[in-house]
Amino acid sequence: MSGWLWTLLALAGLAALAFAGRAGARLATGGAPRFRDMGFGEAFGWALAGAAVAGGVWLWLLPGAVYFRWAVTGFALCAVAAFLFRILGRHVGPEPTKRLFRQMPLTAAFGILAILVYAIVAIFAGWIAPHGQEAVLGAANIVPGGDPAMGGNPDFPLGTDRIGRDILSRLIYGAQNTVGLAFATTLLAFVLGGSLGLLAAVVGGWLDQVLSRGVDVLMAIPSLIFALLLLTIASVWAEGARGLLTFYMVLIIAVIDSTRVFRLARAVGIGIVVMDYVEAAKLRGEGMGHLVFREILPNATAPLLAEFGLRFCFVFLTIASLSFLGVGIQPPLADWGTMVRDLAQFINFAAFAPMVALAPLLPALAIAILTVGVNFVVDWMLHRSSGLKS
Amino acid sequence: MSPLLEIRDLRIEGRSDEEWHPIINGVDLTLGRGEVLGLIGESGAGKSTLGLAAMGYVRDGVRVSGGSVVFDGIDLLNASAEEKRSLLGRRIAYVAQSAAASFNPAHKLIDQHVEAPLRHGVAERGESVEDAIELYRKLRLPNPDEIGFRYPHQVSGGQLQRAMTAMAMSCRPDLIIFDEPTTALDVTTQIEVLAAIRDIVQQFGTSAIYITHDLAVVAQMADRIKVLLRGDEVETAPTREMLEAPKEDYTKSLWAVRGYKRPEKPAPAAGAVPILSVENVTAAYGTATVLEHVSFDIHAGRTVAVVGESGSGKSTTARVITGLLPPRAGQVRFDGETLPPGYRQRSKDQLRQVQMIYQMADTALNPRQTVAQIIGRPVRFYRGLKGRRLRARVDELMSQIELDPATFRDRLPGELSGGQKQRVGIARALAAEPKLIICDEVTSALDQLVAEGILKLLARLQDELGLSYMFITHDLATVKAIADEVVVMKEGKVVEHGPKTEMFTPPHHPYTDLLLSSVPEMDPDWLDKLLAERGVEDLGEAATGKM
Amino acid sequence: MGSLLRIILQRLALGLLTLLIVSAVIFGAVNLLPGDFAQAVLGQSATPEAVAAIRTQLGLDQPLLLRYADWLWDAARGDLGVSFAQANFASFTGRVDPSATVAAQIAPRFANTMFLAGVTAVFAVPLAVGLGILAALWRDTPFDKGANIATLSSISSPEFFVAYILILLLAVVNPVFPSLSSIFPGMSFGERLEKTVLPALTLTLVVTAHMMRMTRAAILNLMAQPYIEMARLKGMRPLHVILRHALPNALAPIVNVVALNLAYLVTGVVVVEVVFVYPGIGQLFVDSVKLRDIPVVQACCLIFAAAYILLNLTADILSIVSNPRLRHPK
Repeated sequence: MSGWLWTLLALAGLAALAFAGRAGARLATGGAPRFRDMGFGEAFGWALAGAAVAGGVWLWLLPGAVYFRWAVTGFALCAVAAFLFRILGRHVGPEPTKRLFRQMPLTAAFGILAILVYAIVAIFAGWIAPHGQEAVLGAANIVPGGDPAMGGNPDFPLGTDRIGRDILSRLIYGAQNTVGLAFATTLLAFVLGGSLGLLAAVVGGWLDQVLSRGVDVLMAIPSLIFALLLLTIASVWAEGARGLLTFYMVLIIAVIDSTRVFRLARAVGIGIVVMDYVEAAKLRGEGMGHLVFREILPNATAPLLAEFGLRFCFVFLTIASLSFLGVGIQPPLADWGTMVRDLAQFINFAAFAPMVALAPLLPALAIAILTVGVNFVVDWMLHRSSGLKS
Repeated sequence: MSPLLEIRDLRIEGRSDEEWHPIINGVDLTLGRGEVLGLIGESGAGKSTLGLAAMGYVRDGVRVSGGSVVFDGIDLLNASAEEKRSLLGRRIAYVAQSAAASFNPAHKLIDQHVEAPLRHGVAERGESVEDAIELYRKLRLPNPDEIGFRYPHQVSGGQLQRAMTAMAMSCRPDLIIFDEPTTALDVTTQIEVLAAIRDIVQQFGTSAIYITHDLAVVAQMADRIKVLLRGDEVETAPTREMLEAPKEDYTKSLWAVRGYKRPEKPAPAAGAVPILSVENVTAAYGTATVLEHVSFDIHAGRTVAVVGESGSGKSTTARVITGLLPPRAGQVRFDGETLPPGYRQRSKDQLRQVQMIYQMADTALNPRQTVAQIIGRPVRFYRGLKGRRLRARVDELMSQIELDPATFRDRLPGELSGGQKQRVGIARALAAEPKLIICDEVTSALDQLVAEGILKLLARLQDELGLSYMFITHDLATVKAIADEVVVMKEGKVVEHGPKTEMFTPPHHPYTDLLLSSVPEMDPDWLDKLLAERGVEDLGEAATGKM
Repeated sequence: MGSLLRIILQRLALGLLTLLIVSAVIFGAVNLLPGDFAQAVLGQSATPEAVAAIRTQLGLDQPLLLRYADWLWDAARGDLGVSFAQANFASFTGRVDPSATVAAQIAPRFANTMFLAGVTAVFAVPLAVGLGILAALWRDTPFDKGANIATLSSISSPEFFVAYILILLLAVVNPVFPSLSSIFPGMSFGERLEKTVLPALTLTLVVTAHMMRMTRAAILNLMAQPYIEMARLKGMRPLHVILRHALPNALAPIVNVVALNLAYLVTGVVVVEVVFVYPGIGQLFVDSVKLRDIPVVQACCLIFAAAYILLNLTADILSIVSNPRLRHPK
């Protein structure tokens, strides 16, 4: 119970600090509107923020807080990289992109940089990776860090896994496999869901009813659960053939995800179909092709593109989760979800060698950075389009 | 005695695209006690922003960058938030444009009414409720004893607007800001609300700022008028003076719009085949019948105005004619031949003959196509022109609608003003070389000056090309300006139809009469005369003419 | 009130119908299995007697529709069949060991999962709704921007990433909580809670981020309504504006957000239970998928889908009930 007491005490202290700070600021500035009209909640927020910063500094100075220092350094490096990238974008390239970069928040710049880096790594994995993804290189369980004194090996800067494959190489190939498969799956889901959704919006009537009700039913099953159910069946189908199972997984996730795309594409499509310019085109006697490709699709690209980003993240996380659960991308293909599961036991060495615990976290981090990046870009796109409307 | 409200050199900026743009550039405003000031201007003139600033309030994304607002000796721009809150609702009140959106759907009207008196300690709940009922009675609301105990969605728009005026009056404020309170209402409803507002303001001697874009309305309500244009003051003068002798060119041009009238055309020859006949049409959405036995003719080269309030079925009639809504019974004949009911069954040539121009130019043009693509598509589609000949035809059409091809052909709709967009819409209709154009409220979303330009353009095109127009509108001023014949609709039926001159000379059908007499005129005494004519009893002791 | 009741009954009927169709989809999907289901399940080395036995046990010799009706009827009575993994089909005798029924396997785990989800919801819902409202009220302040970055990052991270970071920090480097949630019957509530802290915290972080963003969007939408401005222009204090004018109208969207996220929890538990070896229904589900224990997979799927449909239905009905237009018809 003393924990609760301390918490209460800390909150009371913060409240007092907020109150005193606000009073002090009012006195010092002679009642400037900024402080005169400041609510207590806001003052408390500032006090809390101050306390958090102080706590951060204290933690930074603590010798044992290795991970905190790494996290802060990593965060700072990302911010600096994004900042430099944005400066580059503002001065290089054609005028439209320059203008884009000038209005871009740092988060979106980071997102674009991350997507670019991942794309390059994924495409050129074969050239970048020092070893093959399936190559078993002898010594197993080499510790990351490359320091021989700690049990590392400079040839394998991130160490090797339990059957002796180079983790760095597998991480790089993972970009190709995990990202590539997720991208292909999303694309498939979009072709399927997008075209059916727009069709339902334009044609309407019974076709719309049948498709929409079907999608309603499929969406009533949580997608990960449904994917697991179908994968069970697929695993019987693909009996033994691992490549085939991975292929089935792509199909299954694409179909499940296309229901979400269908919903959005249909909603966007219906929003456009009721526009007077579509009515004008209909009354002109235009055919279905002109309506969909000339009148509707060009106006649906912005929301569909944003949705593509979000769907990609979702698919990517689903595939990673399935792989982590052991039913997704099948070995020997290197992929990040499986790597996390395989390397998980390293985490228990964190107390002795902080570097070692990074082995399972790195592939997880690789997943997170890409999805965070894509989400940042999508968030910015949505913000821009909503801002343009008003 | 010092004026109640004094605004000096007020500058307000709004934020868009990460930059601050001026909305109000140094406007002065003085309001005496008991005075009603009319604030008029077109959209984007900054009327509402100025009205809210008079309360010391700015919306999100807007900031005051200079000047002062002094209310009864209190500097509102430098007052503390608490100080301002104690004034709002008690001494300064606000009546918004959309009453339906400005009442909280979760609470009864009366609970929202008594909030301000309770908050400011003006009255107890019991007396405030009694006062509310008294106010409802004064504002001539039906069932004043019960109406307050309903939820907003259970009360009609015109009644809500009066209930909001009552709410603003709840603390007997010194100043009320009316922000376009009747813009969203139908003309016949508008009259009741205008009369109610004017009477109660007079009775309590409240000062008011009345914001509107409608000159005729402001003429009834205000003692003095201030004209704004893009954040600048154009001129200020007492109402009668301003109406009789506007000084500035801009004000004069606003006045002139109301005077536009095209010469009437001779009646069609007897026995001539009409270009379009709507014959006994009945139509329904699902089970709701929206048109019943609608019949009228449109003769070649003439303009038929279809008039009615919202929900009268005038747009549905257009949908039946274009084939978007096949009728349940009756038929549409074009040039003597019966048109198939649905547009899908009509031939390309039948579709070409009838074109539409829409109310909202924003949604009528594909935002991803350039002006040349929009206008060029029907030319290609119907006439098969390509390359240089297509380009020449588009240029010709653009000069017909008075847009310079070199400047505008590659622009997207987003880069055009409202009037320019509407012109492109007209060009797209012309490109099909139709005989009949259906104009669906084409000027109601436009400012008066721009609207006049569009009307003149349509008139010229009619003379040059011999077009027939079906002109759907709720605005009788527009009807007076351009129609040859008028069809009055109400609740899906044609109430009366005939040549314009006949329609504008009594006797009429009672509904036509109501509709016609409800259109505000520029005469400041119009409302008084009308109320006297209709025999509405005046309010209490103070309601004796205008101050 | 008549029309309100009718709408609610309609929704309930629709929910039931959806559940029925979903059960058909789940049942039908399994029947997409190629060839002889019994053979496939048992593998090539199975004896013909065993294959025949399992075929009768599953009623494979009967028409599909009849089997579905049977399965549905049994499921409705709580009989979800026999687990392949637990029952020894090779020496099938016709008598089923009671502990091998799917129901017996699922029951205790279902309770555990409900406990985990409950603990998560108790912390996550007030936290997320509170922070979401604050972010909306303090829009475009450093707090809002920071919260935007933090929640986006949290949403974007796979659950197992969050889970391992928590294990690293709170179980390995600073051993405060156990990293494995070994829960067994007869544990005291306190012990059980302690073992549940890390999985619950992981879920809380992920769900809170979602819920907070959705709450913020709902509140922002609400605060832009003209009646909120009207209340301010009547001189109402900020707290009054929020409590009296925003809150009654915010209830429906917030309830919706909460229900949607609780439905999301349903999926989230699967991965988290595996990471922490938490003996819940999610872990059983994943294990059964790997073992191809079809009856268990079907049953788990049905339970997850039912929970999901139920939560969405609750959100739907609550938002109908809180709509004044429907509560006070003209």
